[in-house]
Order: sequence, then structure tokens, then C-alpha cells
Amino acid sequence: MEGELKEVREAYESGKTRSLSWRLSQLKALLRLLYDKEDDIFKALEQDLGKHRAEAYRDEVGLLIKSVNYAIGNLRKWMTPNKVSVPLVAFPSRADIVPEPLGVVLIFSSWNFPIGLSLEPLIGAISAGNAIIIKPSELAPESAEFLARSVSKYLDDKLVKVITGGPDAGQKLLDHKWDKIFFTGSPRVGRIVMAAAAKHLTPVSLELGGKCPAIIDSLTNARDRKIAVRRIIGGKWVACSGQACIGVDYILVEEKFAPILIDMLKATIEKFYPAFDTLSKIINKHHFQRLASLIKDPSVADTIVHGGSMDSDKLFIEPTILLDPPLDAEIMTEEIFGPLLPVITVKKIEDSIDFIRTRPKPLAIYAFTQDEKLKNRLVSETSSGSLTFNDTMLQFAIDTLPFGGVGASGFGQYHGKFSFDMFSHKKSVMRRSFLLEYSFRYPPWDGWKLPFMRSVFHFDYVSLLLRLLGLKR
Amino acid sequence: MEGGAFDGARAAELTAELRRSFDSGRTRSYEWRAAQLKGIARMIEEKEADIMAALHDDLAKPQMESFLHEISLAKASCTFALKELKRWMKPEKVPASITTFPSSAVILPEPLGIALIISAWNYPFFNLTHVGPTLMGKWNYVSEFRLLSIDPVIGAIAAGNAVALKPSEVSPATSSLFAKVLPTYVDNSCIKVVEGSISETTVLLEQKWDKIFYTGSKNVGRIVMVAAAKHLTPVTLELGGKSPVIVDSNVNIKVTAKRIAVGKWGSNNGQACIAPDYILTTKAFAKTLVDALKITLDKFYGKDPLESADLSRVVNDKHFSRLTNLLNDQNVSGTIIYGGQWDEKRLKIAPTLLLDVPHDTMMMDEEIFGPLLPIITFEKIEQCFDFIQSKEKPLAAYLFTKDKKLEEKFVQTVSAGGILINDTGLHFANPHLPFGGVGESGIGAYHGKFSFDTFSHKKAVLSRSFAGEASARYPPYTQQKQKILRGLINGSFIALLLALIGWPRD
Repeated sequence: MEGELKEVREAYESGKTRSLSWRLSQLKALLRLLYDKEDDIFKALEQDLGKHRAEAYRDEVGLLIKSVNYAIGNLRKWMTPNKVSVPLVAFPSRADIVPEPLGVVLIFSSWNFPIGLSLEPLIGAISAGNAIIIKPSELAPESAEFLARSVSKYLDDKLVKVITGGPDAGQKLLDHKWDKIFFTGSPRVGRIVMAAAAKHLTPVSLELGGKCPAIIDSLTNARDRKIAVRRIIGGKWVACSGQACIGVDYILVEEKFAPILIDMLKATIEKFYPAFDTLSKIINKHHFQRLASLIKDPSVADTIVHGGSMDSDKLFIEPTILLDPPLDAEIMTEEIFGPLLPVITVKKIEDSIDFIRTRPKPLAIYAFTQDEKLKNRLVSETSSGSLTFNDTMLQFAIDTLPFGGVGASGFGQYHGKFSFDMFSHKKSVMRRSFLLEYSFRYPPWDGWKLPFMRSVFHFDYVSLLLRLLGLKR
Repeated sequence: MEGGAFDGARAAELTAELRRSFDSGRTRSYEWRAAQLKGIARMIEEKEADIMAALHDDLAKPQMESFLHEISLAKASCTFALKELKRWMKPEKVPASITTFPSSAVILPEPLGIALIISAWNYPFFNLTHVGPTLMGKWNYVSEFRLLSIDPVIGAIAAGNAVALKPSEVSPATSSLFAKVLPTYVDNSCIKVVEGSISETTVLLEQKWDKIFYTGSKNVGRIVMVAAAKHLTPVTLELGGKSPVIVDSNVNIKVTAKRIAVGKWGSNNGQACIAPDYILTTKAFAKTLVDALKITLDKFYGKDPLESADLSRVVNDKHFSRLTNLLNDQNVSGTIIYGGQWDEKRLKIAPTLLLDVPHDTMMMDEEIFGPLLPIITFEKIEQCFDFIQSKEKPLAAYLFTKDKKLEEKFVQTVSAGGILINDTGLHFANPHLPFGGVGESGIGAYHGKFSFDTFSHKKAVLSRSFAGEASARYPPYTQQKQKILRGLINGSFIALLLALIGWPRD
């Protein structure tokens, strides 16, 4: 590992990553990788997660292609320095904000979207001109192997490397000095990463999770209700069997509508999953057991109104709905990250706001409502990475929206230009000429100089001009 | 604050109160934020006399004037924020995409919550970072006012947060006056000042904050970030570094010497994080540069600089010893070519030039933060660039040259928080430029809108309608659905049309 890290640093110092042409060549190579190796990717995801190729395309490959194309189309603009205004007193001078790469960056990705979460930040890091080490999660080994094989074949293998391994490899990497660390994963490991980064004063971005609620208000139109239910399922089981950081964790609904909602959910689940062959599996035994234990306790198990069956050999858990499990049970205090959906009832839908506010800030909040007042209250009274009305998950696909958490769900945002910015240093550059010297700047500071300075810093150009006219250059 | 030690329990109480105040929603409105900013501006204006009264006896009149000037800078920061606040608070509409049509998307800035702002506590005067260096450059308890880092407080309030400010303890008199006076001008349930040094800062850092903004040294910066990691709190660290100046031979030497001198010794006698730390030039040009600097220094401070009223003193005896030790190093003392005098009683050190200090001395390793200016020479100007690259990224890097190509090379290849060509210090007075470090000189930036942004969360808000339901999203995944899905994600209009008319049917 030492040798590889040294090679990357030296290659970065050579300046190769600075040119637009290098960055474009890497992005285009990435695009070719995604087109050429699509089937390999589908196979790896199928082996690691039992993910259906439609989901693999929809959630990973397709989005990556979109993101690479977006970066290719905008990169020149992003790299262009941004001219800013200069106070008149500094005339003649020019000020720009010049983006530059941070250097050698380390990307940790998570196991649930192992290709997407490795390559999406990679797009930003390359666009910004960095050299990159990716450390994919060992819990999705086929995907990690795929990345290790293919990235070096298609991209510049001295500047973009994939290092596989478990927590030991991760720890070893953290002992080194990086110019930026990007981490997607759990808060527990996020803390370890940030503490390690602190030793070297390395800036970090942490994409963590949280319990993302979906609020379901009464919808007057039957068609809208149907669509809302489909979209909720789309945000729960259709997204890697609930193992998604922006997946719907639990539902909030008025108690009088809960029975209708649950019936509709059951019916639609049946329609989507006549057999469960398109449902992703649970990633491994450890998480399977974790999820099983969430519904073991009788006070929780008694609230199951649908599903509940499991097969530990096949790592299969049926889409399961619970109605009002105890709020202090682990299923309602920890991020579920699985196919269990608690439905929490409230007296009035507005009570959802307090419910959410008294809990850690999630990565996403979803609300299905046509009530403008409720929408406005949610916007101003809750805080989350993102807030989406009348749908789920889609905010992830929009390049113009920043994606990232706040509070317990993390910090740092990416996607689109935000990815470029995340991996850049915005350097202030001011250029002056030798013309126009103001002697009032310099000691000895005789009496007349101070009032002059005061005009300058008040941007009081009129009195400045008057003084200037009486001044010796 | 009331009597009794500020211990862990008090710190927890403080954060709980700030959190209650923030949760009440009072900091969210434009009116509240503007009122606080106006309160700060008013305080600065009305309490001038009281603040001046906290000064030490040995302040001469020009120093008091400089204080007034400092106050103006703090006020200018308030004024700028007040002028821009509505615009900063506005949600930004962004184009959504064909993939999610029909939808509308907005980026909405919201406060992070409760913010902790700390000025340096073991390198006490390391935070002369916000609205520009003092061009009057006198050290006095008054300029401590600037050290209270008003700019981040303004940013935090403008962004709608509740704030705890832990000012630098280097001047307890002014700092405690501030602690007494500020609460009477602002909403003191949401804006608090905590005085103290290491132990107070430690218990503050143990609490859970939504943002920590720290100005000071690298070592303490690490401690702050480790403490923040426990609560996953985002941080902005404004640290220091050795800010180099490269001087090319193709320059107006008189102006160059003056601008370097005022940036170095005119900024609290070198005690500013963006003051030029050391100079790099070619062997051939060194003599010209040194001669010009000597002439300039004679003009600025006279033949007996320790007596000059325009020269600041070193802040305290700890730093005085640190600086004199740098000079006493046997490998360094022989390289002094100008100055080198000091007066321990008055804590004054004269502007000192040194030529070709050995690279492995402490003076060339640590940030000097004082009136000593090493000049390091190389055969070729390119070697000066290499030297900078071999060291940690500084907060500021300066180049003096008329050669446009050299200028461009400098801008492209030297990484620093900020770069200034043909001058020193000025760029930090521009509220349109982000001020902050990179690498070991810091994380994050502020000033102007960047202050607002650093204390905000940019929340993505997406609104969809129930029209445009694409069944292609859901299982069972037929071939037709997969085709549509591909088209939708790739922004295909046709795919969108088909999806909109509900094809394929389930």
C-alpha cells in the first residue's frame, strides 16, 4: 500500500491532473467503462445484493452516466476563475476566485450502492483535478473487485487507484495524510474518520444516514393516493430492500387514515412483488440478524400487520409493516436500513412536525400533501439534508440540487457542480499593479493620514476623492 | 457572567439555553437578524468611550485613533451584512430535469443551529483575520476589539444561528468589557459571550454544537476538530502558516519595498496571520532588495525604531522570549543584516532583516509572527517556487513582478489560502473574496457572503406533482419498462412523453 500511495502523490505533484484535457479524458474513460462493463456491473451487484438489473441501472449505472455527461458538459465553465468586484480604493486591481484541486483525496464508499457511491464522488474529484484513492466497502466484495479491476484499466492508473480490504485497510489508509476525505457510511465510523482526519487537519465530508420520515397527509384524490403509495414503496423496498440512506425509514400518518394506508400498501406490495425475485437481499448475516432482532421483542412483534417472514439462508426478509411499535424500541430509535416499515399514527398531521423536530436531523424528509400551509411549516420548521414533496428518492437524481446531510446526517454536499466545489479549494487571487501609490498607507503616520484612512474604510469615495485631489503622489 | 467557575455544568447549561432559544424560532426572521446586526453596530458606536477607557495608560493618542479606525472596520462588516442580508436569505430556484418532470426545485439556506466561535487560546493573538490588517498597526488593548472576531459573529447571526463567542483572553480588560456590554445591545438569550482561556474552552468543546468556528493555531485546531468529531460537528478552522513573498527582479523596487514593509511591520509589527513571513528572491537581486528595504525601514521608523511611535510592541513576554530565542540561535544570529535590537522592558523588537537563514532552523520552520524577516536566496526564480511547494500550504502567498508569465505561473502552481500579486494584505479587506486557508492553514472560508454560507445549511427542496407518474420505476421490471427507464434517466424527451402518457401500462 505504501508504494501505491507514494506513486499517487508523486503523480499528482507532476501536475498532470491540472489540465482540462486530462480531466476530460478521465471522465470520458469512465463513461466508456460504464457502457462497456454494464453487464459486469449488473453481475457484481446481483451477487453482492441480489439487485435486479433494472434497479442497478436506475439507481447506479444510469445515474452515473447522467452525472459524467453533466460534468463533461460543464467542466470548462467550472474551471474558469470567477471574477469578483474590487473596492474602488484598490484601483487598479483585479480579483478572482480561482478553483484548484485539493490534492490527493480518499473516498470511502458504502456497500448498498457500491458502484454509485464510489464513482459519483470520483466524478467530482476528477473534475476538480485531484488524484484519488477509492476504498470500497468490503461488505460488497464482488463490486469492490470489479472496481479494482476496471478502474485501473480504463482510467489513469497512476492517479486513480482502488484499494480493497476490510477495516484494517481502512485504518491504515486513515493513518496517512490526505488533502480531503469523503466518507459515506454510518455515524459511528464517520466519527472515527473525522477524528483521524483531525490529526492532519484534513477537510472531510461525511454522508451519513438517519431515520428519513415520510409524512402522509389526507389526499382527496383517489388517483393521488394510489400514486403516493406507489412512490412510498418506491422509496422503501424498491430501493435496495430499504437499505438506502435516503430510503423511507418510517411513516407518519393520521390515525384515522392508517388502516386505509396499510391496506393500500399491502395491495401494492403484492402487485409489485408477485414473487420476491426482484427484491434485493439483505447484505449479510450480521445485518440480517440486526434486522431480525429489531422485531424480536414481543412488544414490537405484536405490532406487525404485514409480512414478518424471514429466511436467513437466502438473506431474505419479507416487506414488513408495523403499526405503532413502541417509540422507545430500537426500531424507532436507530436507522432501520432494511425492509421493515413502521407506521406511526398521530392525532393531527401537524403533530408530525414536532415528532420530527425532537429527533436527529435526517438526510431526507418526505411529505405527501397538497396543504400549502403544512408544506410551508415543514420547510421552515424542520431541518434535513433535503425535503421532497409528493415523491421519494428523486432529489438524488437532480444535478442542480446539493446532496448531503445536516446535523447527525452529516455535512458536505455533492452532485453536479457541488461535487466539483467539494473537491476544490477556492483560492482568492488579487492582482495589483505598481501604479497609483497612496502614501497615506505608510508610516510615519502623521496626523493627516488617519482621516484619509477613515474615508477609505468607510468606502466614502467622495471625501476620498476630495482628499486625493489635494494629494502628492 | 456571574461569578463561580465556568465548568462543565455551566457549559452544558449555556448550550441548553442557546438551544432552547434557537428552537423557539426567534432567530429565523429577517427582522430579528437585522436587529441584532444593528445592535452590534450601535454598540460599537455608542460604547467607544467606555472601550477606550479600558485601555492601558501607556497608550499615546495615535493609538487611540487607530482604535477608532478598527471600530470602523467592524462597523463596515455589519453594514455590508445588513445591506446584503435579504438577498442572502432568499431561496434560490434551480432548474430541475427531464428525469423528474414535472417538478420544481429550490435551494433554501437555513441556520445550522447553535454555533461556537472561538478566538485563539494558546496563541492568543492569532486571529487578526477578518476585515483586513490594521494599516495603522499599533499593538494596544484596543485593537483587541478586532481580535474578538466580529466578522464570524456577524455571519453566524446573519445566517440565523444562536451564538456563543469565546473571545481571545490576551486582553482580559477589553474582552470582559465586551462580555458586559454586548448582551445589552443584542438578544442575549441567543448571543452569549464566555470569557476565559483553556479550561473554559475545553468544557465548551465538550458540548454538542451545530458548528464550530475557530481562529488560532494548528495545534489547537487539531484539538478543536477532534472534539467536534465526537458530535459530528462541522468546523471552520482559520489557522496560520508561513506566508512567503517572492520578489522578482522585474519590479518597481521602491513600491515593492514599501508594500512589503507595511504588510510586515505595519501589521502589528508582524503579528498578523497574513503578514509576510519570509522573502524569496534570486541571489543576483538580493542586494537591490535589501538596500531598498533598509531605506524604507529608515524612512518608516527612523534611526532608532524602538523609539518610534508607529512601531507596535510584542504582545506579551512569552512571545517576546520566543522571538528573541529565534534570533539567539547560533545559526541565525550571524545572518542578521539590519536591526536585531530589542528592549525587554517595553517588549519591543526592532524590524530585523536576516539574509539566508539556514533552512533547518526553527525560524524557517515555524510561523514567525513577529518583526523578523528572513530573506532566502536562490540562483533561479524557479527554485523559489520549488521552495514554497516543499513547505506546508500557507494562508497567503505574495509575488512581486511585472512579468505576466511569471505571475500566471505563480497563480497556477502555488497553492495558498489566498494570493496577492504586487501588494500585501489588501485582498483580505475585500468582502467579495473568500478568506480562509487550505491544507494546514485551515479549512473553510469566511468574509462577506462566505461568512453567511459557512454558518448555513443549504437545504434542497423538491416539489413534485402527482402527474407524470412513470410506472417504469417500479417492479415487476418488464423489458419495456427498462427501456423507458433508460430513456428517462438519460433525459430523453420521448421517454418522458411515453412515461407521461402512462406507457407501458401495468
